[in-house]
Amino acid sequence: MAEVTSQECWRWPESSLVNPDIDWKRGKLVTAGVDVGSVSSQAVVTVDGELFAYSSTRTGSDSPGSARKALGMALEGTGLTPDHLDYCVGTGYGRVNVPMAQRTITEIACHARGASIMYGSDVRTVLDMGGQDCKAISCDDKGKVQNFVMNDKCAAGTGRGMEVFADLIRVPVWEIGERSLQVVKEPEMISSTCVVFAKTEVVGLLEQGVPESEIMAAYCAAMAHRIKELLSRLGVMEKLAITGGIAKNTGVVRRLERELGIRTAEQAWSNPAYAKIPFDTQIAGALGAALFADALVSRGKVESGRKM
Amino acid sequence: MLANFGYRDGSGEWFIVVNTDMCDGCGECVDACPASVLDVGENEYDPLSESPMVRVKDGERNRLRYSCAPCRPGYGQSPAPCVAACEPGAISHSEGWMIVDGNT
Repeated sequence: MAEVTSQECWRWPESSLVNPDIDWKRGKLVTAGVDVGSVSSQAVVTVDGELFAYSSTRTGSDSPGSARKALGMALEGTGLTPDHLDYCVGTGYGRVNVPMAQRTITEIACHARGASIMYGSDVRTVLDMGGQDCKAISCDDKGKVQNFVMNDKCAAGTGRGMEVFADLIRVPVWEIGERSLQVVKEPEMISSTCVVFAKTEVVGLLEQGVPESEIMAAYCAAMAHRIKELLSRLGVMEKLAITGGIAKNTGVVRRLERELGIRTAEQAWSNPAYAKIPFDTQIAGALGAALFADALVSRGKVESGRKM
Repeated sequence: MLANFGYRDGSGEWFIVVNTDMCDGCGECVDACPASVLDVGENEYDPLSESPMVRVKDGERNRLRYSCAPCRPGYGQSPAPCVAACEPGAISHSEGWMIVDGNT
């Protein structure tokens, strides 16, 4: 068992990054997107529509604070301040609580646009596996939403469910995917849909002495199956890109691919200019928001709010 | 695009599906709806689009199981008032998922 206390197992690492190839002072248009989700918050800053900086952090108990923290982390050490931003768009579950945002855009639109830039314009289905909900979006070559389905307000088959599970079996949440794939034979999946009942079922398995890796496999398989049911309502068109935190869980992704019989899009930048930048599946929403902000200002639909 | 407003429960699914490519924002359906759940406004799923579309009002989205109940198949008139009022044929009901699938 990993040498960590139960409280730390769900605490996935936060990250931030600055693109060294861009000098923001030379840019004309600096925009930001802040995606405040139920579990994580991201901020992305773009300069003339190019990715400049991003951050991914855990959402705290207050949304405005999480939004400030995310943007602060992204801007750290760049000399750029929120006053330099031409425009900021808030998105995600807590979008109405982003203090620096001039307007909000639904995360459905933002994820489709962000994923289209990250994974390539040939993406036709975007699956956002977030902290507390799961959305399947079909989009066109410009990242425009064509249709979408969403699971109802429920943590089953979502990131928060995985965190609860990680805490319960005391395995860091970022290790679950790999370790769940180390089983010799696929166990029967957890049958309960509800996280609370699934927890009871997992406790039962632990008591029976079932190996940890098998329990993880059973949980990941259940999640993959649930997501497949959601996708089947929309209809999957290739290429399928997965965004959000669960996209980092290979145990769920591989099993979903097996269920659907197709491969998911490679988690790498479609734009070779970004090759040096670490790819983070969680920033799609914030990136989309920042690009919408850029488009809104450059098309003259809104005024720049730059103060410096 | 197809904008779906509705819910799914034990009794089946009920979605008001607006095809935004066909909706011209005329607002005929807004007056036709006996429960006044519709309004015309910007397309929130495509922020860069200029054309207004008909939507279910923000505060009504979680209440459609009650407000739309009198118009569900087997209860109200067929086609439902909003569908009948829509000249461009942009509004339909409950078939959103199947249309995209391509094999209805």
